Amino acid sequence: MSGTVTIEDLQTAPRRVRKERNAKFLLLFTALISVVISIVLVFSLFSEAWDFIVGIDWASTWSEGWYPRRGLYDVKTLFVATLITTGIAMAVAGPIGLAAAIYLSEYASSRTRAFIKPVLEILAGVPSVVLGFFALFFIAPEIIGRLNEDASAGSLAAAGVGVGLLTIPLVASVSEDAMKAVPLDLREAGAGLGARKSVISSRVVFPAAISGIVASFIVATSRAIGETMVVFIAGGAADSAGYTHSAFEGSLTMTAAMASLASGTDQVKGEGLTFQSLFFVGLLLFAITFMLNMVADRFVRRVQERY
Amino acid sequence: MKIGSTLNDGKATDRINDEIRRRNSDPRGIIFRTFLQLGLFLALLILTVLLVDVVQNGWGTLSTRFGDFLSGTLRSRSIDEKLGVHQGLVGSFWIAVTTAIVAFPIGIGAAIYLEEYAPKNRLTRFIEINIRNLAGVPSVVYGLLGLFIFVNTFGKWTGGKSLLSAALTLSILVLPIVIITASEAIRATPQSLREGAYGVGATRWEVVRRQVLPYAAPGILTGTLLAMSRAIGEAAPLILVGAVTGRLGTNPGFLDLGALKERFVAMPIVITEWTQNSGRDPGFAGAAAAAIVVLLVFVLALNSIAILLRNRFEKRRK
Repeated sequence: MSGTVTIEDLQTAPRRVRKERNAKFLLLFTALISVVISIVLVFSLFSEAWDFIVGIDWASTWSEGWYPRRGLYDVKTLFVATLITTGIAMAVAGPIGLAAAIYLSEYASSRTRAFIKPVLEILAGVPSVVLGFFALFFIAPEIIGRLNEDASAGSLAAAGVGVGLLTIPLVASVSEDAMKAVPLDLREAGAGLGARKSVISSRVVFPAAISGIVASFIVATSRAIGETMVVFIAGGAADSAGYTHSAFEGSLTMTAAMASLASGTDQVKGEGLTFQSLFFVGLLLFAITFMLNMVADRFVRRVQERY
Repeated sequence: MKIGSTLNDGKATDRINDEIRRRNSDPRGIIFRTFLQLGLFLALLILTVLLVDVVQNGWGTLSTRFGDFLSGTLRSRSIDEKLGVHQGLVGSFWIAVTTAIVAFPIGIGAAIYLEEYAPKNRLTRFIEINIRNLAGVPSVVYGLLGLFIFVNTFGKWTGGKSLLSAALTLSILVLPIVIITASEAIRATPQSLREGAYGVGATRWEVVRRQVLPYAAPGILTGTLLAMSRAIGEAAPLILVGAVTGRLGTNPGFLDLGALKERFVAMPIVITEWTQNSGRDPGFAGAAAAAIVVLLVFVLALNSIAILLRNRFEKRRK
């Protein structure tokens, strides 16, 4: 044993260095897979949708309805139906989700929270096919059927309520996070001025958390637009739909139209551009939800920056 | 109460007392609170009604022929003796296994990279934003991705519209969820653990392997369980990838690997199919409800375990 310490003694063993480098490259590789997925996703949507955009007679995208087998791809039918279901879904999920969020964040005791939060999470975990079944066999006859006796067995309204139920937990949890992030100081300052709890909740915490609450609504809207199975099962139309703006009739949303195109027959088939129209609608859907998510992300970031 | 008004008469004193002690109620506050409670109550009520409704509908099938129902197959008539969900269970089983094999290692690896290795630069930020965006992409769109890549482009290896294509598609679908939840769990690991290990000369990988991963394991497990339950319950991408609607000729066993390259169904598809069949044959409604109960048992069990695990884990940390 020599008395001097050399550089070699201080260096990490080569074996460990090699292991470290391998681990780093492997992990970087796994992280890059998500980027590859995005690229392939966008590429696949564009490449097939492009054939549709180039090959389609544009008059057929603004006609009496969505009849892919007849070569009629009326986009406005799908848009209006999507708008109706999403609107109804948000009318259901917005107030209920927000009320639940305010209660959980400002009023509930820790024992109540410990019980309610898991229940909401379970509601969030219920698969959408189940909500579709529920919408068709319960919401449609028991709720929508009573509001309007002429409503068809499955309708946009029934599907909209079903989608709304599905998005309640999303609104509740994102809004609650936003309100929880509001510093206690603000509430205490309000209480110090003699404000009541309801006033503190609605005039102090709510405005302070508004960015996050808006974000939760936008994310929920995006989810509602992209929700497929509930509308496919309970929307009251299969394969094709004429244009309607009545919530009590059956129609196809963008997502339901895609599911219909892909099912029923053994293959996605039909005349000419049916297969490509699937990707065209998918591209539109992707673009819309992507923009909504970006906007929501900005709102969320604003909350994080402020507090 | 205006300052300067007379306090001499007893009424005013009482009133001030009441004001201070809040003895006279705050009607607006009560209305507000009631409204909030109503919202919450509605959410709970819906969940209860949903469960009761489904179980009620499915009870006839479940109570009379539970065993046959589990071992039976897709049939064209609801009164068929051999109607059941066996093919759906096999499909969902392999979907769960595949996501566990494919999505979990990749997702956890990516999370480790982003939290422990990644430098704070534009590439890292891009990857993070990209993952968040992927998490927001509607599930049908993932179906299109699967249709394009696994069914058409690589159809030779996956068998086209096969169980393997579907399972890989769902693995991609849940990947962002796995990454995000695993990242959160890793981020929650105290910095002091890492610093202690670095202090005694550990390499970065050794820190991750010996300190960070064991600490974050329950959190990561929670995320993976939630992801798996999402994959089992998802139907839309499967329809796009070509799940069989109608009759499926084959009925493979659970451990039959050859089934991966064959046409397939899964539980959510069985439910969808039967629900839609109920239009022409009302008996299918009961069968669909029974299938939902079977699916819910698995999904809710996975979710409950995940939630319990996380709650216990958080409590222990405090």
